[in-house]
Amino acid sequence: MKARNGRGPGFNRRFNPRGWVIRHMQVALASLGRLWRVPLATFMTAAVIGIAIALPGAMNTLVNNVRTLSGAWDSSASLSLFLKPDVSEADGTALARLLGTWPEIGTIRVIGRAEALAEFRRLSGFGDALDMLGENPLPVVLLLQPSPSASGPDAAATLAERLGKLPEVDIAQLDLQWVRRLHAITRTAERGIWVLAGLLSMAVLLIVGNTIRLEINNRRPEIEITKLVGATNAFIRRPFLYDGLWYGLMGGLIAWVLIGISVLSLQGPVAELAGLYDSQFELSGLSWRASLTVLLGSGLLGLIGAWLAVGRHLAAIEPA
Amino acid sequence: MIHFDNVSKRYPGGHEGLSGTSFRIESGEMAFLTGHSGAGKSTLLKLIGLLERASRGQVWVNERNLNKLSNRDIPYHRREVGMIFQDHRLLHDRTVFDNIALPLVVAGIGHQEIRRKVRAALDKVGLLNKEKVYPMMLSGGEQQRVGIARAVVTRPPVILADEPTGNLDPELSREIMDLFMQFNQVGVTLLIATHDISLIETLGRRTLVLRQGKLVGDTPA
Repeated sequence: MKARNGRGPGFNRRFNPRGWVIRHMQVALASLGRLWRVPLATFMTAAVIGIAIALPGAMNTLVNNVRTLSGAWDSSASLSLFLKPDVSEADGTALARLLGTWPEIGTIRVIGRAEALAEFRRLSGFGDALDMLGENPLPVVLLLQPSPSASGPDAAATLAERLGKLPEVDIAQLDLQWVRRLHAITRTAERGIWVLAGLLSMAVLLIVGNTIRLEINNRRPEIEITKLVGATNAFIRRPFLYDGLWYGLMGGLIAWVLIGISVLSLQGPVAELAGLYDSQFELSGLSWRASLTVLLGSGLLGLIGAWLAVGRHLAAIEPA
Repeated sequence: MIHFDNVSKRYPGGHEGLSGTSFRIESGEMAFLTGHSGAGKSTLLKLIGLLERASRGQVWVNERNLNKLSNRDIPYHRREVGMIFQDHRLLHDRTVFDNIALPLVVAGIGHQEIRRKVRAALDKVGLLNKEKVYPMMLSGGEQQRVGIARAVVTRPPVILADEPTGNLDPELSREIMDLFMQFNQVGVTLLIATHDISLIETLGRRTLVLRQGKLVGDTPA
């Protein structure tokens, strides 16, 4: 019984896990009940959080859609190999067969001189001029499609470069400039969304922090009295942390609904636009994983905001 | 049980609430603390409940040196010291039952046990029929008894009371004192700050007298 290091007998701090869980559940429900009793104030705080989260969330959804779309375009990017004029059609076909074994290459089509000429005649309207030439000036062309693994803009460019160095090949042409630009734009937009998300997350922390700070002030006498009868700081902190968590989760739910509404409202016009381009593209909303991220991320932000406020303001309240 | 060894408390700004005070209250004793307002009664009680820490000297309560307790220990120390205040310090948005249950909830006591202990405490202070009432609906004397029930519900070995009868008429004051005597009979150590000298005199208990932060009198029972 006698004092270690002269402090006297130790305190009984036995930890009871079952009681701990029950108390947490009680506090969580009590906190929810408290918020429920002031529905308008709770809703407004949650709505501000929801809008702050919905903004980068909706933009991210749109950028994801653009990326899906440009991904489809990537894979449709094709390479044209113009063979040297002295390469015969038979040699061209042999080369095509050889290239067909490369893993980077998906499909190959050989366009013979005659076929190319016919197409040129049909499309260009220079038929008469061609007749005057007497001989077919067009080379054999291999039209090839990169395999999916090599269809990204960088991989396709590398492939084009390699093909351009083959002895039979005159020019390997890859027109992906605009796809590259689109990629660069998407990447910029993505970066912008991250910056925006960072700033708005800070806004959420401040909103929750300020709400909790006011709540702490309102309940100052209660906090003092609870400390007087032997409440630990953890006990005092707990209801405020749950308040923050609930605000965050409700905000996340509102953000989820807002993003859903935005996507739905765009669905019609986008389908119409895609129809004009003969595309089956369909605007996709939030996936399960993204929904969960929005919800839990928002909840986490609420919790952190509450934690910051509680850490700053609770220590200052001591009974006197 | 409570032991002050040359204790001083100086507040920021230089005011000395207590200077060089030494005394010892044994386990099971009931003592009064008296003196004019500003003599240091409240300061002394606050040092025992660790609402303040001593600037100099040693304070011992329940065989523990309070100087050596860390801030993390304070809640556990307060659970062993029941405190009663002149202004009751009740939560007005909670029922009498919930007010009295607070120290038990804070200590993580189970639901059934809380019910049983709160009822016992209410019975002791004679408010068994008021458990669902809010404090504002009670008289001053009844509110003080709720405060007392809250202080004793955890059965702490030490009870401190700061002017517990300050706002009560003599008859109610006497009832409150009788309650304290009953607790003392079952072995609780009590230290009661009051300036109601006439009441103290009728009870014939040990009285510590403070003047300007110094202990100037110690009248044995």
